[in-house]
Amino acid sequence: MREISCGEITECICKMCIQAAHFLSPDMEDILQQAKEKEIAPLGKQILQQLQDNLEIAGRDMIPICQDTGMAVFFLEVGQEVHITGGGLEDAVNEGVRRGYTEGYLRKSVVRDPLDRVNTGDNTPAIIHTRIVPGDKLCMTLAPKGFGSENMSRIVMLKPADGIEGVKKVILETVDLAGPNACPPMVVGVGVGGDFEKAALMAKHALTRETGKHSEIPYVEELEKEMLAKINDLGIGPAGLGGTVTALAVHIETYPTHIAGLPVAVNICCHANRHVTVEL
Amino acid sequence: MEYQIQAPLIEEEIRQLRAGDYVYITGTIYTARDAAHKRMFEAWQQGEALPIDLQGNVIYYMGPSPAREGRPIGSAGPTTASRMDKYAPTFLDLGQKGMIGKGRRSSQVKEAIVRNGAIYFAAVGGAGAILSQVIKEAEVIAYDDLGTEAIRRLRVEKMPVIVAIDSQGNDIYEIAQQEYRK
Ligand code: SF4
Repeated sequence: MREISCGEITECICKMCIQAAHFLSPDMEDILQQAKEKEIAPLGKQILQQLQDNLEIAGRDMIPICQDTGMAVFFLEVGQEVHITGGGLEDAVNEGVRRGYTEGYLRKSVVRDPLDRVNTGDNTPAIIHTRIVPGDKLCMTLAPKGFGSENMSRIVMLKPADGIEGVKKVILETVDLAGPNACPPMVVGVGVGGDFEKAALMAKHALTRETGKHSEIPYVEELEKEMLAKINDLGIGPAGLGGTVTALAVHIETYPTHIAGLPVAVNICCHANRHVTVEL
Repeated sequence: MEYQIQAPLIEEEIRQLRAGDYVYITGTIYTARDAAHKRMFEAWQQGEALPIDLQGNVIYYMGPSPAREGRPIGSAGPTTASRMDKYAPTFLDLGQKGMIGKGRRSSQVKEAIVRNGAIYFAAVGGAGAILSQVIKEAEVIAYDDLGTEAIRRLRVEKMPVIVAIDSQGNDIYEIAQQEYRK
């Protein structure tokens, strides 16, 4: 058994929260740069330039890229040979979020109850998805999620007869409805198959993939390319003010499903597609 | 077209602006988002005084991240405006002249904009660091307990926005998207 202490986990999470709010990963930076070159609308180009300037200021002056520093969503892969010491894993993660959002001057956007809506004051609790995997490592991915784009996400339980055309229709409709609210250019995460919650989880997880990297399944790769082209034909453009770059990438994950079902979930993320991965 | 305008807004000045124009705002504006709108609306329903004078003023739909030492405010980009659609027509009828946010508005809001010769500006969503820099002063003036959602008075210098719905009801989100839609 390899031991990892809660203190170490908390420390690491605290830093990840601050990093994610101020710096995009290199793949996101590259794809935004390419977007500016591709965009033909003059206003769209100007907005993409503004987003690049924004990233520069964020990193230089340590002002979060976006004021919505999100709800802290984690994907944890815990090696089954790992022994967590000194407390509970989820408590350690939440303590890291509490410290990161406080020490990093990040916005606290979480309310304790969906209906009484009193702010918890420290951005906890986080949303934590944990998988037990072989090995003796702890791999933690943080993807803080803003709700401008989260609110525009959808899940649809299609029928098997709807087939691939049905899936395409759901993706395009969702992006079209999201429009300017989701702060385009967006990254579109899609989960096809599984059951109700598995589809949603895949859609969210797909957003953490290296931006623009395609699925390893040939037909899914084709679908990703086709959807990206069709989405960019919608004309929504940067900030929804018209243009040819509406999405930066479409990432699709699939999973076996039931003979009677074809769930499709679309999780939209804005251009502030923030994610950080650390392995302990 | 590019314009420089003052806030609070002057009606003649905003009447000449058209959807799609790039505008720099200088002057005093106020922030309010979901919770502050709800509270102000309820206060109005009860016949109580509102914490800000709406006459000619601009409300920026924004909840900032906390300010670091020596700065007036943290990251300060717009939030989705449609969540304020329920309240905006009433506030416009009460004299509010401008709104800054992101995203499409309801037909009721559009009608209230036209009825009152008001205007809706879009700021670029997710450009919170740039927008932070145009804010020179910020002060919480009401609903302190709402934290990031409190009402703040801001002094802005050359805040970059785009006219999203002009005083005649032209909507850039419809016009521009059609232009590039295949
Ligand atoms: S959708 Fe994204 S970029 Fe837009 S305000 Fe929310 S977190 Fe920021």
